[in-house]
Amino acid sequence: MPLSIRLTLNGTPRDIALDDPRVTLLDLLRERLALPGTKKGCDRGQCGACTVLVNGRRVNSCLALAATLDGAEVTTIEGLAQQDDLHPVQAAFIENDGFQCGYCTPGQIMSAVGLILEGEAGDDPERIREGMSGNLCRCAAYHGITRAVQEATRRMDNQRQGDAA
Amino acid sequence: MKNFEFLQPLSAADAVAAWTPDAAYLGGGTNLVDLMKTGAMGPDRVIDITRLPDLDRIETTEDGGLRIGALVRNSDLARDPDLLRAAPMVAEALLAGASGQLRNAATVGGNLMQHTRCPYFMDADAACNRRVPGSGCDARGGAWENSAILGQSAACIATNPSDFCVPLAALGALVDVEGPSGGRTVALEAFHKLPGDTPEAETALEPGELVVALRLPAEAASFAGHSRYLKVRERTSYAFALVSAAAALRMDGGRITEGRLALGSVAARPWRIAEADALLAGAMPDDALFARVAERLLEGAEPSNDTGWKIDLARRTVIRALQMAAAGTPDRLPPLPASPFGPSEVAVHA
Repeated sequence: MPLSIRLTLNGTPRDIALDDPRVTLLDLLRERLALPGTKKGCDRGQCGACTVLVNGRRVNSCLALAATLDGAEVTTIEGLAQQDDLHPVQAAFIENDGFQCGYCTPGQIMSAVGLILEGEAGDDPERIREGMSGNLCRCAAYHGITRAVQEATRRMDNQRQGDAA
Repeated sequence: MKNFEFLQPLSAADAVAAWTPDAAYLGGGTNLVDLMKTGAMGPDRVIDITRLPDLDRIETTEDGGLRIGALVRNSDLARDPDLLRAAPMVAEALLAGASGQLRNAATVGGNLMQHTRCPYFMDADAACNRRVPGSGCDARGGAWENSAILGQSAACIATNPSDFCVPLAALGALVDVEGPSGGRTVALEAFHKLPGDTPEAETALEPGELVVALRLPAEAASFAGHSRYLKVRERTSYAFALVSAAAALRMDGGRITEGRLALGSVAARPWRIAEADALLAGAMPDDALFARVAERLLEGAEPSNDTGWKIDLARRTVIRALQMAAAGTPDRLPPLPASPFGPSEVAVHA
């Protein structure tokens, strides 16, 4: 049965024909839409490397069947920066050594963006660590990751207050 | 993954009509898609129920209880002000489960329907009576150290891994289902079945029945001031429980008027014993009482594999959960929900 879905992918509407209902959002992005920034780690929802935003919320793209997502807005790591201007979370990861090998980093960053949007962790390191526990880093860059999320949270708060003023 | 026919019905009636014995209902997919990838599950037809209308709502019922649609996401329910007011320990249990990403996808109905995390159930090549009736049980004598201590059988030593269902069982939650012969309600306490000789019958659902809502009775709120969920696991976050306990007390002038307890990850369903609850009614809270209650709740516990340690751990977890409940529900959920550790005890990397 041919399936077709429409996604708004990093802000651009895309009509996508699926020849197979088994295709996950992760495989769709990487193998069929030439967006390999989203990484495949465990492929079982345990490592967080494949984290993207669906309708503004962070999810594991390896466990989402693409066929279920008709009408969804999807944001991947490729959609964060505005041309050459990095997203505050991307900039904070670089400035705080939030990675070593970099493989888990797109998932860490997307998860951090989702966590900050949820708005419950603030800059409390304990709540950030708990909120980021779905993203594993085998290089154990956790200290830098926590600091990066703290700093990005503060920067985005200031930005919002600046915008409102 | 085995191929399947994919259907997206737009009403519960159409979903139920589309069901066949080789079909599976798909919600958030966090358990089913994983099991389809390992080959442990291979439905011929996948019925995506996420387009069904009105099942993503949380409503206050006429009698003052809560009715929670089966498609409400775990993360939305955990933040719901009405749930936080009526049953804060349910929110605490939700936030102690899985990760932020998984909670955004996982649904209320899917949480009830999730399968055991026994590694032999998830391994398509292993013998598992729960997955393939009569095939045997590789878990017994195998390398699984988190198996049941209560209610297990010769056929199956699986546990139910849900955090959410543990406080729900203690608070007398009800499950509304729709099926080929109409709608009915099942008590959550009776929803998951002990394995006996038929471990493949995991729940009380009849073939084709679909969970549409969960109901929390109004009286649950009378425990809100003194109720806690405590979860002990191998790491501080993002792990299934070794043992968990939900403790809910109704207090009057320092005396307990009624108590409710449920244990998680020790059996194929949340473990409750009415006689253990009864020991709490009318008593003053103290450690000697809590120890007697724990003994009664764990009466008949037996290790499967090398799980003798779980019996001791469960006893201590019950006592600690009762102490925490007696001390009162905190105004704001702690940074590490349901953890035995406070922030100061683990903040070593700050």
